[in-house]
Amino acid sequence: MAWTWFHRLGSPPWIYHFAGRVLRYLLPLTLLMLCVGAVWGLAFAPPDFRQGNSYRIIYIHVPVSVVALAGYYVMAIAGAVSLIWRMKVADLMMRVAAPIGAGLTLLALVTGAVWGKPTWGTWWVWDARITSMVILLFLYIGVYALYEAYDNKTLAAKACAILSLVGTVNIPIIYKSVDWWYSLHQPASIKFTGGTTIDPSMLYPLLLMISAVYALYVCLLLLGLRAGLIDSESTTNWVKREVLGEH
Amino acid sequence: MLFQCRDLSVFRGERYLLTSLSWQVLGGEVWQIRGENGSGKTSLMRCMSGLAPQSFEGDLTRTDSLLYLGHKAGVKADLTVLENLRLQLGGSLSEDSADWLQALDYVGLSPFVDEFAYRLSAGQCRRIALARLLCTTAKLWLLDEPLTAIDTLGVRLIEQQIDRHIARGGAVVYTSHQALELTAPARVISLRGEGGRPDVD
Amino acid sequence: MSTSLFTKVVHRQLLLAFRRPAALLNPLTFYAVVIALMPLGLGPERQVLADFAPGLLWITALLASLLSAETLLRSDYDDGSLEQIVTSGGSVYLAALGYVISHWLITGLPLMLLVPLFSQLLSMPTEGVLALVASIGVGTLLLSALGTLGAALTVALRRGGMLISLLLLPLEVPVLILGAGLVERAISGLAIQGLLSILIGLAVLAVTLVPIAIAASIRISLEV
Repeated sequence: MAWTWFHRLGSPPWIYHFAGRVLRYLLPLTLLMLCVGAVWGLAFAPPDFRQGNSYRIIYIHVPVSVVALAGYYVMAIAGAVSLIWRMKVADLMMRVAAPIGAGLTLLALVTGAVWGKPTWGTWWVWDARITSMVILLFLYIGVYALYEAYDNKTLAAKACAILSLVGTVNIPIIYKSVDWWYSLHQPASIKFTGGTTIDPSMLYPLLLMISAVYALYVCLLLLGLRAGLIDSESTTNWVKREVLGEH
Repeated sequence: MLFQCRDLSVFRGERYLLTSLSWQVLGGEVWQIRGENGSGKTSLMRCMSGLAPQSFEGDLTRTDSLLYLGHKAGVKADLTVLENLRLQLGGSLSEDSADWLQALDYVGLSPFVDEFAYRLSAGQCRRIALARLLCTTAKLWLLDEPLTAIDTLGVRLIEQQIDRHIARGGAVVYTSHQALELTAPARVISLRGEGGRPDVD
Repeated sequence: MSTSLFTKVVHRQLLLAFRRPAALLNPLTFYAVVIALMPLGLGPERQVLADFAPGLLWITALLASLLSAETLLRSDYDDGSLEQIVTSGGSVYLAALGYVISHWLITGLPLMLLVPLFSQLLSMPTEGVLALVASIGVGTLLLSALGTLGAALTVALRRGGMLISLLLLPLEVPVLILGAGLVERAISGLAIQGLLSILIGLAVLAVTLVPIAIAASIRISLEV
């Protein structure tokens, strides 16, 4: 029973249609969650005690940062599946996850800067979280660059799988050491991810946004996967039927 | 049984070079892989030697006792001729220095034993690679275009070594544009190119 | 195979480095030149240089390691030696380990011995010298492991170029942080055993596990 499922996962047309069915429901749901969450957080949630209204950007910054980091693990797991079971779909998923993750990391950095300006007066601060995000961005770019440098895409996927697996082991080490580094050089006070508990009225929209961005990630991944499948299987019959014939 | 494949398909990128090959190489056999340029001879050799695990589908088993001689000679320019044999990384060479000296003598490189390989001509470097044939303990030889840059004397030498190896129960698979005259004539695998099924002798 | 691939690779790499000392001298010369550039860029004020010395010495070590990583496997790839390793039936893991260890012996060990001299060019307080030697010695082991991995992933690429730096530098950040941090702690008079053991632990982990990835990468590169 489990094997047929697994075999189906390796079949491009099946994945294509399965992804399509999931997207039909997930995409509107995601957009709904994003709208509700964004409006709730950016407009209706109460202003923060210390930071006033400028803190609201965290409703975008925090979810995006969380998913950007999780996305690297998704990419690495897809790579591991590709290495162990030689599945073309896993190759594709890894290749699609890289730019999505990089884009999210970039968005996290930009929203972090937007947060920084009113809070600390500068566009950029090398604190632990942001520094780790910058390194994560370079890790993503590295995987993408390695993929593009190989002509043979099967080999490219294998090489990127190895790189992202090494990166995966390294990421906790990087985060821990950056935290330690920051605590060494930290100026007196600034501690925005402080020990204070978050009020529920702020927590709920945040959780909603985090779920929404996760859902958005899955949507983007599936959309990219479908596009990639059409591209790489463009000479097969099922693609021709799909593009020209019934929809 | 030194090499066996079942339903082997070799591809390069999106293109299949050959499909559904079922083949066996036993001790005492010589095989020649024939085909036009680009028909997949080298790719098949590389799959057989374990250099291209991502480029084929199907079952493939091969002995570990292997000597592979490909387009790259595996000769290090900054080492001397003798060191190139002593520190050879592959090909299951004998560990006895007497064997190496004898082999180098046989291929006519005795005067150059302590010469750096970068001082030698391409043909002489190729002969270092050939010297390996004389002091290897490997049972299966995979030779891809072994006659490249070899003069007539060298060709005769290779033929003799192959004969000797076969007589001892080893096996040889080779590709070559030139004909080799061997005591036991080689069986042939013809690659037709365009991803077809090869003809096995 | 009575002599293992590890021994053979180390023997070859050391012999070749002896024959062509450029492999050993180039990274050291690069290091010296870059250190000499620091006062030219930062001003000759001794206190400034001394303050930045641990970080500068460590960043330069990273850059020098990148330089030597690029050509690490190039010649063995070009002349077919890597092919011989993979077809030999021996352990490619051991060969990879051999490349890592020999790279450290040729680039990390000499740097470890010379870095006290470089540290004085930047007027670094002498309390930090022992910590510097220890951190560079252990840290370059990590850099050799990662550098060999980067080399194995890119050796078959025609337009490798800057790619190896992009791949390796993010992964090497913890080494930089721990290495420089160790030296600064020593200068401030604090104990460094804890940090040093972490660095040693990471190095041991890297040296035992990264060759697995290196072996896989070598196989991929040979198939390109």
